[in-house]
Amino acid sequence: MLKIQNLHAGIEEKKILKGINLEVKPGEVHAIMGPNGSGKSTLASVLAGRENFEVTDGSVEFYGKDLLELAPEERAGEGLFLAFQYPVEIPGLTTTNFIKTAVNEVRKYRGQDALDAVGFLKLMKEKMGLMNIDQSLLSRPLNEGFSGGEKKRNEIFQMAMLEPRLAILDETDSGLDIDAIRIVSNGVNKIRGKDNAVLVITHYQRLLDYIVPDFVHVLYKGRIVKSGTKELALELEERGYDFIKNEVNIGEEA
Amino acid sequence: MKTEIYQPEKTDRKEDLDILEQTVLNEYKYGFVTDIEADEAPKGLSEDIVRFISAKKNEPEWMLDWRLKAFRQWQKMTEPNWANVTFPPVNYQDIIYYSAPKQKIKPNSLDEIDPELRRTFEKLGISLEEQKRLTGVAVDAVIDSVSIGTTFKKQLAELGIIFCSMSEAIQEHPELIRQYLGSVVPVTDNYFVALNSAVFSDGSFCFIPKGVRCPMELSTYFRINAENTGQFERTLIVAEDNSYVSYLEGCTAPMRDENQLHAAVVELVALEHAEIKYSTVQNWYPGDKDGKGGIYNFVTKRGICKGDHSKISWTQVETGSAITWKYPSVILKGDHSVGEFYSVAVTNHHQQADTGTKMMHVGKNTRSRIVSKGISAGRSNNSYRGLVQVGRNADKARNFSQCDSLLLGDKCGAHTFPYIEVKNNTAVVEHEATTSKIGEDQIFYCNQRGIDTETAVALIINGFAKEVMNQLPMEFAVEAQKLLAISLEGSVG
Repeated sequence: MLKIQNLHAGIEEKKILKGINLEVKPGEVHAIMGPNGSGKSTLASVLAGRENFEVTDGSVEFYGKDLLELAPEERAGEGLFLAFQYPVEIPGLTTTNFIKTAVNEVRKYRGQDALDAVGFLKLMKEKMGLMNIDQSLLSRPLNEGFSGGEKKRNEIFQMAMLEPRLAILDETDSGLDIDAIRIVSNGVNKIRGKDNAVLVITHYQRLLDYIVPDFVHVLYKGRIVKSGTKELALELEERGYDFIKNEVNIGEEA
Repeated sequence: MKTEIYQPEKTDRKEDLDILEQTVLNEYKYGFVTDIEADEAPKGLSEDIVRFISAKKNEPEWMLDWRLKAFRQWQKMTEPNWANVTFPPVNYQDIIYYSAPKQKIKPNSLDEIDPELRRTFEKLGISLEEQKRLTGVAVDAVIDSVSIGTTFKKQLAELGIIFCSMSEAIQEHPELIRQYLGSVVPVTDNYFVALNSAVFSDGSFCFIPKGVRCPMELSTYFRINAENTGQFERTLIVAEDNSYVSYLEGCTAPMRDENQLHAAVVELVALEHAEIKYSTVQNWYPGDKDGKGGIYNFVTKRGICKGDHSKISWTQVETGSAITWKYPSVILKGDHSVGEFYSVAVTNHHQQADTGTKMMHVGKNTRSRIVSKGISAGRSNNSYRGLVQVGRNADKARNFSQCDSLLLGDKCGAHTFPYIEVKNNTAVVEHEATTSKIGEDQIFYCNQRGIDTETAVALIINGFAKEVMNQLPMEFAVEAQKLLAISLEGSVG
């Protein structure tokens, strides 16, 4: 579904991604790990279409379409979802209203009729049960005054509501305690299926105890320098990123 | 100003964003001219013109005297210039002060109304029949200064409520008009009031007798029509003891190149335990993107809480006009009386707004609340100007003011001018102010959820203005949300 080839991107003059190659198939869970500053969040931003990043080379194909040609809202319509590392607040706009707008805009993009109030409520009730999220949270203004855990749960709830084909979780575990990680992970696991894929971006291995990946990739200096199965994550946990850095730096010198 | 009549089945108004789909037009949507033969006064202002207007309207002698007194005052006054707005000088001799759509017979039903006028309403989305049938709103439609259709009059009359045009009230209820007209806003109050008092052509009068709760929202649509016609409306609402009324005022104007002056006067009188809720959605032509054309809206609105425990609440959504200069105010004379002001003012392109309120605490235990939300985009300027005054005898008066500004882009301006005068040391006066910008992060977040930028901006500003929007009656709130979206089109992205 997703095919990234030789992707180069940066911000202003700074080059951050220097040739990413990655293919994701339906039903797969890929983890992208790497030390701080390796380009993990940049990759998420570029895939979602954040404007201030510039793609200088390479291509990204999403279900046969040139993803880089699409506006961010079109990418969402195509089924790409990004769970933000830092979800933004919109004062005065209720979370329910926001999600209803999003659901209906995405439906419109896909040529489906908008859900009416009853249809939307039914969908919401169903997903609320699945995600174990409280009605009172959804009645509050979007992310305003939410705790870190509430914000991340809200992201995962939105993901459940929008039923994306590809979900990118950008450091969803950052700033969460172990209980919150468990809740968020359970949510993600419940919507995993053979038709959708998940890209988990994380700094730490512990999230992968709960969301078990099929593949693990290590990103360093803007490139995927090592790929493997979930055992690679455990190895990183044990040995730290230094051994990867050393391997790469030795390679570069040679 | 109506773009869509209120339909009762639309219950989820806050979530209804389909309205935005209709807002793709960037041009001012209501810019068209109704071709009706006008019965006009010659250009310019003199004592003769004042007499002409009064004679046209068959007014009694006392009314003419009242007008002439105002006119003589006006001649001695000079145009004020303290507002944070700039505009070329208005030539008061180049304005037509009276213009009425010609109609041979006074209509008894809507069927008799000039079809051309009816089409105007249809373009605006105000079908009077539809409104009658669907909404239960009694509409007194004013086109170019003369009321043409009044509905629901009978039902209101059974309760003793008077809701009619000002001209009719002068003929039919002279005792009430003589008692209350000019009692809140004296003819000498300011330059524009004196002008209005001399030449006002029509407006609305509303009287709620003792103990009556008006069962429906009373609504008037004003519309400036004939070219070069200054519009001088006069509205008076009197609520007797223990009564309640909610009044809606909404406006659109056709597109014009000439600047049109609008100087209305609105007076509210609330007696003991009475409550008046006055809501405005103002959508007059703001001028084009380069700041050409547009309406000058210089309005004086004031209410008096005359009786103990009375309450007056102003709610306004200001999106139109090239220049808005208005301060709906409350004189809190009765003990325990309450004054409220809720405002959303949007300026885009070259629009200028200097708006706010005055809360004058005279009685004991009086309370006032001010919530002002200013949204500026383009190269516009948006100022909040408010006065909270606590008199010597206003023991334990309380005021809370909150002024928030939201900026779109970096070429617009937001200003806050709070004035506080307190002469009683038991008073508590609080003022809070914030300024924020719509962030790229907020817009990208919405985009990532499938929401395009225009819709995202609408969501963000509606969230920002929610506290005020919630004060509006349902059918107005839907419309006001649309207006906010329309007036900010193209300002981001």
